[in-house]
Amino acid sequence: MHELSIANSLVENAAEHAAQAGAARVTAITLRIGALSCVHESALRFSFELVTKDTLLEGADLKIVEVPVAIFCEECQREVTLPGIQRFRCPVCDTPGADIRQGRELDLESIEVVEQHAEVS
Amino acid sequence: MIEPRILEVRTKILKKNDELARQMRSEFMEAGVLVVNLVSSPGTGKTSLLRETLSRFVDSGSAVAAIVGDLETDNDARRLAESGAPVRQIMTHGCCHLEADMVQEHLDGWQLFGLEYLFIENVGNLVCPTSWDLGESVRVALLSVTEGEDKPLKYPGLFNTSDVAVITKMDLAEACEFDRQSALDNIQAVRPGMQVIETSAKSGSGIEEWIGILRQKRNQLMTTVDSAGS
Ligand SMILES: Nc1nc2c(ncn2[C@@H]2O[C@H](COP(=O)(O)OP(=O)(O)OP(=O)(O)O)[C@@H](O)[C@H]2O)c(=O)[nH]1
Ligand SMILES: [Mg+2]
Ligand SMILES: [Zn+2]
Repeated sequence: MHELSIANSLVENAAEHAAQAGAARVTAITLRIGALSCVHESALRFSFELVTKDTLLEGADLKIVEVPVAIFCEECQREVTLPGIQRFRCPVCDTPGADIRQGRELDLESIEVVEQHAEVS
Repeated sequence: MIEPRILEVRTKILKKNDELARQMRSEFMEAGVLVVNLVSSPGTGKTSLLRETLSRFVDSGSAVAAIVGDLETDNDARRLAESGAPVRQIMTHGCCHLEADMVQEHLDGWQLFGLEYLFIENVGNLVCPTSWDLGESVRVALLSVTEGEDKPLKYPGLFNTSDVAVITKMDLAEACEFDRQSALDNIQAVRPGMQVIETSAKSGSGIEEWIGILRQKRNQLMTTVDSAGS
Protein backbone atom coordinates (compact mmCIF):
# COMPACT_ATOMS: atom_id res chain seq x y z
CA MET A 1 0.00 0.00 0.00
CA HIS A 2 1.93 3.00 -1.30
CA GLU A 3 -0.58 5.42 0.25
CA LEU A 4 1.28 4.92 3.51
CA SER A 5 4.49 6.28 1.97
CA ILE A 6 2.51 9.16 0.49
CA ALA A 7 0.92 9.94 3.86
CA ASN A 8 4.34 9.91 5.52
CA SER A 9 5.78 12.38 3.02
CA LEU A 10 2.65 14.46 3.34
CA VAL A 11 2.92 14.74 7.11
CA GLU A 12 6.62 15.50 6.93
CA ASN A 13 5.92 18.30 4.43
CA ALA A 14 2.99 19.78 6.30
CA ALA A 15 4.76 19.65 9.68
CA GLU A 16 7.73 21.47 8.18
CA HIS A 17 5.54 24.28 6.84
CA ALA A 18 3.59 24.50 10.09
CA ALA A 19 6.78 24.72 12.15
CA GLN A 20 8.15 27.46 9.88
CA ALA A 21 4.96 29.42 10.45
CA GLY A 22 5.22 28.92 14.20
CA ALA A 23 1.96 27.02 14.32
CA ALA A 24 0.91 24.92 17.28
CA ARG A 25 -1.45 22.69 15.44
CA VAL A 26 -2.63 21.86 11.94
CA THR A 27 -6.42 21.70 11.82
CA ALA A 28 -7.00 20.99 8.14
CA ILE A 29 -5.04 20.09 5.06
CA THR A 30 -6.01 20.32 1.39
CA LEU A 31 -4.58 18.09 -1.32
CA ARG A 32 -4.90 18.12 -5.09
CA ILE A 33 -4.89 14.55 -6.38
CA GLY A 34 -4.80 13.91 -10.12
CA ALA A 35 -6.91 11.18 -11.69
CA LEU A 36 -3.70 9.52 -12.96
CA SER A 37 -1.92 9.55 -9.62
CA CYS A 38 -2.99 6.01 -8.63
CA VAL A 39 -4.04 7.03 -5.14
CA HIS A 40 -7.00 5.40 -3.45
CA GLU A 41 -8.76 7.95 -1.34
CA SER A 42 -9.86 5.52 1.38
CA ALA A 43 -6.38 4.04 1.69
CA LEU A 44 -4.91 7.52 1.90
CA ARG A 45 -7.40 8.60 4.60
CA PHE A 46 -6.66 5.47 6.59
CA SER A 47 -2.90 6.00 6.29
CA PHE A 48 -3.23 9.68 7.13
CA GLU A 49 -5.00 8.92 10.36
CA LEU A 50 -2.36 6.35 11.23
CA VAL A 51 0.70 8.52 10.63
CA THR A 52 -0.67 11.74 12.12
CA LYS A 53 -1.13 10.17 15.53
CA ASP A 54 0.87 12.06 18.17
CA THR A 55 1.93 14.74 15.69
CA LEU A 56 0.73 18.32 15.39
CA LEU A 57 -1.51 17.10 12.57
CA GLU A 58 -3.48 14.71 14.73
CA GLY A 59 -7.20 15.05 14.07
CA ALA A 60 -6.67 17.39 11.11
CA ASP A 61 -9.41 17.41 8.51
CA LEU A 62 -8.16 15.95 5.21
CA LYS A 63 -9.69 17.65 2.18
CA ILE A 64 -9.07 16.11 -1.21
CA VAL A 65 -9.65 17.97 -4.46
CA GLU A 66 -9.75 15.55 -7.38
CA VAL A 67 -8.17 16.83 -10.56
CA PRO A 68 -9.33 15.35 -13.88
CA VAL A 69 -6.95 14.74 -16.76
CA ALA A 70 -6.55 17.50 -19.33
CA ILE A 71 -4.63 17.13 -22.57
CA PHE A 72 -3.65 19.66 -25.19
CA CYS A 73 -5.50 18.89 -28.42
CA GLU A 74 -3.35 19.61 -31.48
CA GLU A 75 -6.43 19.79 -33.65
CA CYS A 76 -8.52 22.15 -31.51
CA GLN A 77 -5.39 24.00 -30.38
CA ARG A 78 -6.57 24.12 -26.79
CA GLU A 79 -6.59 22.25 -23.52
CA VAL A 80 -9.49 19.81 -23.16
CA THR A 81 -10.62 17.94 -20.06
CA LEU A 82 -11.15 14.19 -20.36
CA PRO A 83 -14.13 12.44 -18.79
CA GLY A 84 -12.00 9.43 -17.76
CA ILE A 85 -8.48 8.05 -17.84
CA GLN A 86 -8.85 5.19 -20.30
CA ARG A 87 -9.13 7.05 -23.56
CA PHE A 88 -6.65 9.77 -24.37
CA ARG A 89 -8.57 11.35 -27.19
CA CYS A 90 -10.07 14.81 -27.49
CA PRO A 91 -13.76 14.63 -26.45
CA VAL A 92 -14.55 17.26 -29.10
CA CYS A 93 -12.75 16.04 -32.24
CA ASP A 94 -11.51 12.54 -31.26
CA THR A 95 -7.85 13.27 -32.05
CA PRO A 96 -5.45 11.20 -29.89
CA GLY A 97 -3.37 13.32 -27.53
CA ALA A 98 -0.42 12.45 -25.31
CA ASP A 99 0.42 15.98 -24.20
CA ILE A 100 -0.87 15.83 -20.65
CA ARG A 101 -1.43 19.18 -19.00
CA GLN A 102 -3.04 18.07 -15.77
CA GLY A 103 -4.08 14.90 -13.93
CA ARG A 104 -0.81 13.69 -12.39
CA GLU A 105 -0.99 15.98 -9.35
CA LEU A 106 0.04 14.71 -5.96
CA ASP A 107 0.14 18.13 -4.35
CA LEU A 108 -0.16 19.61 -0.92
CA GLU A 109 -2.21 22.70 -1.66
CA SER A 110 -2.72 24.38 1.70
CA ILE A 111 -2.73 23.80 5.43
CA GLU A 112 -4.90 25.39 8.05
CA VAL A 113 -2.98 26.16 11.21
CA VAL A 114 -3.60 27.48 14.69
CA GLU A 115 -0.96 29.89 15.96
CA GLN A 116 1.28 29.18 18.91
CA HIS A 117 0.56 32.39 20.89
CA ALA A 118 -3.20 31.89 20.74
CA GLU A 119 -2.79 28.56 22.48
CA VAL A 120 -1.11 30.12 25.53
CA SER A 121 -4.04 32.15 26.93
CA MET B 1 -10.50 32.95 20.51
CA ILE B 2 -8.23 30.88 18.29
CA GLU B 3 -8.23 32.07 14.70
CA PRO B 4 -7.09 29.42 12.25
CA ARG B 5 -4.96 30.68 9.41
CA ILE B 6 -4.66 29.15 5.93
CA LEU B 7 -1.16 28.72 4.51
CA GLU B 8 -1.05 28.24 0.76
CA VAL B 9 1.95 25.93 0.51
CA ARG B 10 1.51 24.40 -2.98
CA THR B 11 4.22 21.78 -2.90
CA LYS B 12 4.54 18.31 -4.35
CA ILE B 13 3.85 15.72 -1.68
CA LEU B 14 6.76 13.61 -2.96
CA LYS B 15 9.03 16.61 -3.45
CA LYS B 16 11.93 15.01 -1.58
CA ASN B 17 11.87 11.98 -3.87
CA ASP B 18 11.36 14.18 -6.95
CA GLU B 19 14.33 16.37 -6.09
CA LEU B 20 16.64 13.45 -5.38
CA ALA B 21 15.53 11.72 -8.59
CA ARG B 22 16.20 14.85 -10.60
CA GLN B 23 19.67 15.12 -9.14
CA MET B 24 20.35 11.43 -9.80
CA ARG B 25 19.12 11.75 -13.37
CA SER B 26 21.55 14.54 -14.11
CA GLU B 27 24.39 12.52 -12.58
CA PHE B 28 23.44 9.49 -14.67
CA MET B 29 23.26 11.58 -17.80
CA GLU B 30 26.57 13.25 -17.15
CA ALA B 31 28.16 9.82 -16.69
CA GLY B 32 26.52 8.59 -19.91
CA VAL B 33 24.41 5.92 -18.19
CA LEU B 34 21.01 5.08 -19.63
CA VAL B 35 18.84 4.12 -16.67
CA VAL B 36 15.85 1.89 -17.40
CA ASN B 37 13.10 1.28 -14.84
CA LEU B 38 11.13 -1.94 -15.49
CA VAL B 39 7.63 -2.08 -14.04
CA SER B 40 4.96 -4.80 -14.26
CA SER B 41 2.68 -7.10 -12.28
CA PRO B 42 4.34 -9.92 -10.33
CA GLY B 43 5.45 -12.66 -12.70
CA THR B 44 5.13 -10.79 -16.01
CA GLY B 45 8.70 -11.66 -16.91
CA LYS B 46 10.88 -8.73 -15.84
CA THR B 47 13.71 -10.89 -14.51
CA SER B 48 13.59 -13.27 -17.49
CA LEU B 49 13.76 -10.44 -20.01
CA LEU B 50 16.41 -8.65 -18.00
CA ARG B 51 18.60 -11.72 -17.69
CA GLU B 52 18.52 -12.22 -21.43
CA THR B 53 19.20 -8.53 -21.97
CA LEU B 54 22.15 -8.43 -19.58
CA SER B 55 23.69 -11.56 -21.16
CA ARG B 56 23.54 -10.09 -24.62
CA PHE B 57 25.00 -6.77 -23.52
CA VAL B 58 27.77 -8.56 -21.62
CA ASP B 59 28.54 -10.72 -24.68
CA SER B 60 28.77 -7.68 -26.91
CA GLY B 61 31.15 -5.97 -24.47
CA SER B 62 28.76 -3.29 -23.23
CA ALA B 63 29.06 -2.16 -19.61
CA VAL B 64 25.79 -3.00 -17.86
CA ALA B 65 24.58 -3.38 -14.29
CA ALA B 66 21.27 -4.05 -12.59
CA ILE B 67 19.49 -3.31 -9.37
CA VAL B 68 16.49 -5.40 -8.48
CA GLY B 69 13.79 -4.71 -5.94
CA ASP B 70 12.02 -7.55 -4.18
CA LEU B 71 9.82 -7.74 -1.11
CA GLU B 72 11.75 -10.44 0.76
CA THR B 73 14.06 -12.60 -1.35
CA ASP B 74 17.25 -12.28 -3.38
CA ASN B 75 16.26 -14.95 -5.92
CA ASP B 76 15.98 -12.49 -8.79
CA ALA B 77 19.40 -10.99 -8.08
CA ARG B 78 20.96 -14.45 -8.16
CA ARG B 79 19.26 -15.25 -11.47
CA LEU B 80 20.44 -11.97 -12.97
CA ALA B 81 24.00 -12.39 -11.72
CA GLU B 82 24.31 -15.50 -13.92
CA SER B 83 24.63 -13.09 -16.84
CA GLY B 84 28.00 -11.98 -15.49
CA ALA B 85 26.83 -8.40 -14.97
CA PRO B 86 27.13 -6.73 -11.56
CA VAL B 87 23.79 -6.99 -9.77
CA ARG B 88 22.52 -5.65 -6.49
CA GLN B 89 19.38 -6.54 -4.60
CA ILE B 90 17.16 -4.08 -2.77
CA MET B 91 15.05 -5.91 -0.23
CA THR B 92 12.11 -3.64 0.48
CA HIS B 93 10.69 -5.64 3.41
CA GLY B 94 7.08 -5.18 2.51
CA CYS B 95 7.34 -1.86 0.71
CA CYS B 96 5.49 -2.28 -2.58
CA HIS B 97 7.66 -0.04 -4.74
CA LEU B 98 11.18 1.38 -5.02
CA GLU B 99 11.98 4.97 -4.06
CA ALA B 100 14.87 7.11 -5.28
CA ASP B 101 16.79 6.98 -1.99
CA MET B 102 16.77 3.16 -1.98
CA VAL B 103 18.36 3.19 -5.45
CA GLN B 104 20.87 5.82 -4.42
CA GLU B 105 21.94 3.81 -1.38
CA HIS B 106 22.49 0.71 -3.48
CA LEU B 107 24.65 2.58 -5.98
CA ASP B 108 27.20 3.20 -3.26
CA GLY B 109 30.67 2.19 -4.41
CA TRP B 110 29.68 1.66 -8.04
CA GLN B 111 31.58 3.72 -10.55
CA LEU B 112 29.01 5.40 -12.82
CA PHE B 113 31.54 6.67 -15.33
CA GLY B 114 32.19 3.90 -17.81
CA LEU B 115 28.81 2.29 -17.21
CA GLU B 116 26.53 2.39 -20.24
CA TYR B 117 23.26 0.88 -19.02
CA LEU B 118 21.75 0.51 -15.57
CA PHE B 119 18.55 -1.50 -15.25
CA ILE B 120 16.25 -1.24 -12.28
CA GLU B 121 13.73 -4.04 -11.84
CA ASN B 122 10.96 -2.57 -9.72
CA VAL B 123 8.89 -4.56 -7.23
CA GLY B 124 6.20 -6.56 -9.07
CA ASN B 125 3.23 -4.19 -8.84
CA LEU B 126 1.31 -2.20 -11.45
CA VAL B 127 0.08 0.59 -9.20
CA CYS B 128 2.48 1.57 -6.47
CA PRO B 129 5.71 2.24 -8.42
CA THR B 130 3.95 4.78 -10.68
CA SER B 131 4.46 7.91 -8.58
CA TRP B 132 8.13 7.37 -7.67
CA ASP B 133 10.67 8.78 -10.06
CA LEU B 134 13.92 6.82 -9.68
CA GLY B 135 15.98 9.13 -11.86
CA GLU B 136 15.45 6.87 -14.85
CA SER B 137 15.61 8.04 -18.46
CA VAL B 138 13.32 5.30 -19.71
CA ARG B 139 10.38 3.75 -17.92
CA VAL B 140 9.18 0.46 -19.35
CA ALA B 141 5.78 -1.07 -18.63
CA LEU B 142 5.65 -4.83 -19.23
CA LEU B 143 2.54 -6.83 -19.92
CA SER B 144 2.45 -10.57 -20.59
CA VAL B 145 0.14 -12.36 -23.01
CA THR B 146 -1.18 -14.43 -20.10
CA GLU B 147 -2.56 -11.54 -18.06
CA GLY B 148 -5.27 -10.06 -20.25
CA GLU B 149 -5.34 -7.50 -23.03
CA ASP B 150 -7.14 -4.93 -20.90
CA LYS B 151 -4.30 -4.40 -18.39
CA PRO B 152 -3.50 -0.96 -19.87
CA LEU B 153 -7.11 0.14 -19.31
CA LYS B 154 -7.06 -1.13 -15.74
CA TYR B 155 -3.75 0.56 -14.93
CA PRO B 156 -3.64 3.69 -17.09
CA GLY B 157 -1.51 5.53 -14.53
CA LEU B 158 1.46 3.28 -15.07
CA PHE B 159 1.16 2.93 -18.83
CA ASN B 160 0.72 6.64 -19.10
CA THR B 161 3.97 7.48 -17.33
CA SER B 162 5.94 4.86 -19.29
CA ASP B 163 7.97 5.48 -22.43
CA VAL B 164 7.96 1.97 -23.86
CA ALA B 165 5.61 -1.01 -23.50
CA VAL B 166 6.95 -4.56 -23.76
CA ILE B 167 4.58 -7.44 -24.34
CA THR B 168 6.24 -10.54 -22.86
CA LYS B 169 5.81 -14.32 -23.23
CA MET B 170 4.87 -14.04 -26.91
CA ASP B 171 5.70 -17.74 -27.28
CA LEU B 172 2.50 -18.41 -25.29
CA ALA B 173 0.33 -16.03 -27.33
CA GLU B 174 -1.44 -18.70 -29.31
CA ALA B 175 -2.04 -21.04 -26.39
CA CYS B 176 -3.54 -18.13 -24.41
CA GLU B 177 -5.61 -16.92 -27.36
CA PHE B 178 -3.96 -13.58 -26.93
CA ASP B 179 -5.82 -10.88 -28.83
CA ARG B 180 -2.84 -8.89 -30.04
CA GLN B 181 -4.78 -6.16 -31.80
CA SER B 182 -6.89 -5.45 -28.77
CA ALA B 183 -3.80 -5.23 -26.54
CA LEU B 184 -2.14 -2.80 -28.96
CA ASP B 185 -5.35 -0.72 -29.20
CA ASN B 186 -5.62 -0.53 -25.43
CA ILE B 187 -2.02 0.60 -25.08
CA GLN B 188 -2.57 3.31 -27.70
CA ALA B 189 -5.83 4.35 -26.00
CA VAL B 190 -4.08 5.23 -22.74
CA ARG B 191 -0.80 6.39 -24.25
CA PRO B 192 -1.14 7.53 -27.88
CA GLY B 193 2.05 7.02 -29.85
CA MET B 194 3.65 4.65 -27.36
CA GLN B 195 6.43 2.43 -28.65
CA VAL B 196 5.55 -1.27 -28.25
CA ILE B 197 7.84 -4.29 -28.51
CA GLU B 198 6.75 -7.93 -28.47
CA THR B 199 9.24 -10.32 -26.92
CA SER B 200 9.76 -13.83 -25.65
CA ALA B 201 12.56 -14.48 -23.20
CA LYS B 202 12.06 -18.15 -23.93
CA SER B 203 12.35 -18.21 -27.73
CA GLY B 204 14.42 -15.03 -27.93
CA SER B 205 12.02 -13.38 -30.36
CA GLY B 206 11.98 -9.59 -30.23
CA ILE B 207 14.99 -9.39 -27.93
CA GLU B 208 17.31 -7.99 -30.61
CA GLU B 209 14.73 -5.34 -31.44
CA TRP B 210 14.45 -4.45 -27.74
CA ILE B 211 18.23 -4.17 -27.45
CA GLY B 212 18.28 -2.02 -30.57
CA ILE B 213 15.79 0.36 -28.98
CA LEU B 214 17.89 0.60 -25.83
CA ARG B 215 21.01 1.36 -27.88
CA GLN B 216 19.12 3.99 -29.79
CA LYS B 217 17.86 5.56 -26.54
CA ARG B 218 21.38 5.69 -25.19
CA ASN B 219 22.64 7.34 -28.37
CA GLN B 220 19.91 9.95 -27.99
CA LEU B 221 20.93 10.51 -24.40
CA MET B 222 24.59 10.97 -25.36
CA THR B 223 23.62 13.45 -28.07
CA THR B 224 21.59 15.44 -25.55
CA VAL B 225 24.47 15.45 -23.08
CA ASP B 226 26.99 16.47 -25.77
CA SER B 227 24.88 19.31 -27.08
CA ALA B 228 24.18 20.53 -23.55
CA GLY B 229 27.90 20.46 -22.76
CA SER B 230 29.09 22.35 -25.82
N1 LIG C 1 6.86 -19.24 -21.70
C1 LIG C 1 7.47 -18.18 -21.17
N2 LIG C 1 7.58 -18.04 -19.84
C2 LIG C 1 8.21 -16.96 -19.35
C3 LIG C 1 8.73 -15.95 -20.18
N3 LIG C 1 9.27 -14.97 -19.41
C4 LIG C 1 9.08 -15.38 -18.13
N4 LIG C 1 8.44 -16.57 -18.09
C5 LIG C 1 8.07 -17.33 -16.88
O1 LIG C 1 7.21 -16.55 -16.06
C6 LIG C 1 7.52 -16.72 -14.67
C7 LIG C 1 7.84 -15.39 -14.03
O2 LIG C 1 8.94 -14.80 -14.68
P1 LIG C 1 9.90 -13.73 -14.00
O3 LIG C 1 10.87 -13.30 -15.03
O4 LIG C 1 10.41 -14.23 -12.72
O5 LIG C 1 8.84 -12.57 -13.72
P2 LIG C 1 9.04 -11.22 -12.87
O6 LIG C 1 8.22 -10.17 -13.54
O7 LIG C 1 10.48 -10.92 -12.70
O8 LIG C 1 8.38 -11.60 -11.49
P3 LIG C 1 8.48 -10.82 -10.06
O9 LIG C 1 9.88 -10.33 -9.92
O10 LIG C 1 8.09 -11.83 -9.07
O11 LIG C 1 7.48 -9.69 -10.16
C8 LIG C 1 8.68 -17.70 -14.63
O12 LIG C 1 8.19 -18.98 -14.40
C9 LIG C 1 9.30 -17.59 -16.02
O13 LIG C 1 9.93 -18.77 -16.43
C10 LIG C 1 8.61 -16.13 -21.62
O14 LIG C 1 9.02 -15.31 -22.43
N5 LIG C 1 7.96 -17.24 -22.04
MG1 LIG D 1 11.55 -10.56 -10.94
ZN1 LIG E 1 -9.78 18.34 -30.32
